[in-house]
Amino acid sequence: MSDWVRACAVDDIEPEDVIRFDHAGRTFAIYRSPDNAFYATDGNCTHEETHLADGFVIDDIIVCPKHNGRFRYRTGEALGAPVLDDLDVYPVRIEDGSVYVDIG
Amino acid sequence: MATARRDYSLNGEETRRAWEKGLVSAEWYLSPVPRARLKELMKRRNFPGLWHLFLWYALIAGFGVLTWLTWGTWWMAPAYLAYCTILTGSSDPRWHEFGHGTATAIPWLNDAVYNFASFFLLREPTVWRWSHTRHHTDTIIVGRDPEIVNPRPPDFRALFLTAFNLIGGLKTIKHVFIHAFGKKTFPEEDFVPEAEWWRVHLAARVWIAIWLGVIALAIATGSMLPIALVLVPPFLGHWIVLFFGMTQHLGLADDVLDFRLCTRTVYMNPVLRFLYLNMNYHVEHHMYPLVPYHALPKLHEEVKADCPPPCPSVWAAYREIIPIMFKQRRDPETWIEKELPPARAEAKAAAAAE
Repeated sequence: MSDWVRACAVDDIEPEDVIRFDHAGRTFAIYRSPDNAFYATDGNCTHEETHLADGFVIDDIIVCPKHNGRFRYRTGEALGAPVLDDLDVYPVRIEDGSVYVDIG
Repeated sequence: MATARRDYSLNGEETRRAWEKGLVSAEWYLSPVPRARLKELMKRRNFPGLWHLFLWYALIAGFGVLTWLTWGTWWMAPAYLAYCTILTGSSDPRWHEFGHGTATAIPWLNDAVYNFASFFLLREPTVWRWSHTRHHTDTIIVGRDPEIVNPRPPDFRALFLTAFNLIGGLKTIKHVFIHAFGKKTFPEEDFVPEAEWWRVHLAARVWIAIWLGVIALAIATGSMLPIALVLVPPFLGHWIVLFFGMTQHLGLADDVLDFRLCTRTVYMNPVLRFLYLNMNYHVEHHMYPLVPYHALPKLHEEVKADCPPPCPSVWAAYREIIPIMFKQRRDPETWIEKELPPARAEAKAAAAAE
């Protein structure tokens, strides 16, 4: 079931960067790609509970700040040790200068 | 005086205690660095990594050729010692930096260098990738960190043998044969996930094939040179791994959630920094492992006001390490208390008072 929530303004995220978004006891990472597309994944790395918003975005990859585990944030795909489990990804839409995430 | 040794195993009393005290996978103190600055520092660059890689391989090749040309003469000794030292000694920081995936922006190259360096250090690549992951999660937490160089009280005999890789290296050879048969070992089983064991087994088989190939080549050519160039360096060149490695954490506090108290930054000259790939900025590396080695001096500038004063030289580092080790022989419950900058020290005092 869809549950769209406003995560942030478009301008809150720089291109090729990530920010944290917390909602209803859950935490997410919102990404802006170098080509200005927006994506959302679970906030914590699947390896250990480290927030990906403190990590580093390179092209379409988010690197975890703790152990440098890498995910493709468009698909959530884990790209090898130490991350073995994919991230959950969430649909995103842009409306009136805001980023909405379907966390349903 | 008899000294009780703590249990440094990964499934003993100290492990249980570490969990109880909330030291496992805990949140660590990080010196604040503005996000924008951190992003600049985290940027991957190919030039430093490739240039330093080229220099390293050129030195290995140069001293390797010198060893070959002087083989059987006394001139061989310095050439061969330099070859082993550069190859294995400097494999450690390459293993480390390329293993973290920060040395270059080319993932396959990072992996290839990591595997090359692992071989010449006698570190099974998958096992040590996970061991090092644990080291970063639970740095110098007794019962959790598998990479504590020398437990308290220090064991000087073990350190001497480690200088020639005669503990870890020989254990690895034994484990490689066990892993080649598709079996698992402890404590590796504690930190290598089930899904990764096929890599451990595959690498073990590849290593044995290389070892046998080198021995076959030596027999076929009637020369010990292949063995000297490939199989001996992991032992003879290991002393410098220990020389650098001892400066990282030895003599400092354990079971603390603050890298500034359990890790040491040491100023080194450019030659040592090339050999060691800036790992002398070790507090900085532990705080922000996403920052590539070439940017660590800049990161140091950002955080140094929030950190204890670095050791001004390797000499200075050893002047604090060696005496504390002798003290710990008598009293294992002593260590170097690094002095934190005032603001932090006040916070620490307040926390202790609570």
